Amino acid sequence: MSLKDQSSLRIVVYEGAGATPLGPEARFELLSAALERGFSVTRATGRGSVSPSDRTSLLVVGAFDAGVPPAGGVGEDGSTVRFHDIAGMGGRAVADLIDQARSESGAPVPGAWKPWFPVIDFDRCTNCMQCLSFCLFGVYGVDAGHKIQVQNNDNCKTNCPACSRVCPEAAIMFPKYKAGPINGDVVSDQDLQREKMKVDISGLLGGDVYSLLRERSERAKSRFSKERDADKALTERQKCLTKLAQAGDIPAEVLMSLPSPEEIARRAEEAKARARDALEAAGGSRT
Amino acid sequence: MAEPARILYCHCAHAQVVPRDVKEAVLRRLSDSGVSFEAAADLCEMAARNDPALVRLAGEGCVQIAACYPRAVKWLFAAAGAPLDPARTQVLNMRTAPAEEIAAALASGTFTPNLPAGKPLPEDAPSPSKAAPAS
Ligand code: SF4
Ligand code: SF4
Repeated sequence: MSLKDQSSLRIVVYEGAGATPLGPEARFELLSAALERGFSVTRATGRGSVSPSDRTSLLVVGAFDAGVPPAGGVGEDGSTVRFHDIAGMGGRAVADLIDQARSESGAPVPGAWKPWFPVIDFDRCTNCMQCLSFCLFGVYGVDAGHKIQVQNNDNCKTNCPACSRVCPEAAIMFPKYKAGPINGDVVSDQDLQREKMKVDISGLLGGDVYSLLRERSERAKSRFSKERDADKALTERQKCLTKLAQAGDIPAEVLMSLPSPEEIARRAEEAKARARDALEAAGGSRT
Repeated sequence: MAEPARILYCHCAHAQVVPRDVKEAVLRRLSDSGVSFEAAADLCEMAARNDPALVRLAGEGCVQIAACYPRAVKWLFAAAGAPLDPARTQVLNMRTAPAEEIAAALASGTFTPNLPAGKPLPEDAPSPSKAAPAS
């Protein structure tokens, strides 16, 4: 199932009129359990404000007066509201209730996919299409106005920030990356120089990142080769590739899971053609 | 008196980038505070799904978001078609600030918008509804 088709369920911890506030430990355990299981939670006390409701289905839990929760229902849009009295329930029982709610709602299983994908800072982006022409996995595309856009974020390779290295403006963020400015920290002039330098490093390594990646595959193919010289040359190239991997902080698993050399070449050409078309179209629509 | 800012806490459940002790301490303080608030398991995951709830959370009025870097939060919401209003959003960074500072800011009743300035309109960003086919 595509990420975008997954349904969600919101848990409302209700402590307003008609309910008794939960004890501090019970409340904290409940909030933590729901969040660790991937749910959005609203805590409603009658003090302060929360966002208005939307079409997300709700499971409303609380210690309702006389232990009688209100009746639930189904909205015109198919969303449901269910109430559950949790007075006196232990942490384990509440966690079970939440697990049951997930299996009934089809909400995503937490941890099944680490949300890792590029986020573009359009304050910085100049629509140069370097990222689109670099990415082999079809993560980038353009919108109807020929602007760069992240279209298939679940195609992105977990923990690989390589495309952020080819962006000349340091406009590509991965919010879960360890360091700035890729994690969203402020971009300094020094960072910009460093990012540019990294792009230059890949240039120095041969100008074409994909040819280096192809060499990795050749290296793998020649693993049993008896030819010492060729092997030495490949060792040299392997060193270059290692440098590139370090410069771009590309995880070894990503390098190892690359498609075949022919497929890389085909996808690289396809991506470049899409970038070229988008740039031409954007140029045309500006004139 | 102006309506208090809504509070949105991000639990960053799918990665260890926000220190566990910081996020737990902030959640604990919110839980003990007696105020209403919203909590998201992982705003990145919601943005990846274009979860319509982000439109609700971006919502109207002022919002204080305890999450990570303001620049990342700004463009995550924009990418999901739920741009935040720069004049009405304050992002508190749990990756860099101590829990006490964040909890104090959430409890203070004062509000300091801090989304990075840039192009004035987040609508400048492509929205999912404007997407062209990926081929
Ligand atoms: S490489 Fe950077 S500046 Fe160029 S289109 Fe991509 S995000 Fe924008
Ligand atoms: S928005 Fe920041 S704090 Fe929230 S899930 Fe993403 S990286 Fe973690």
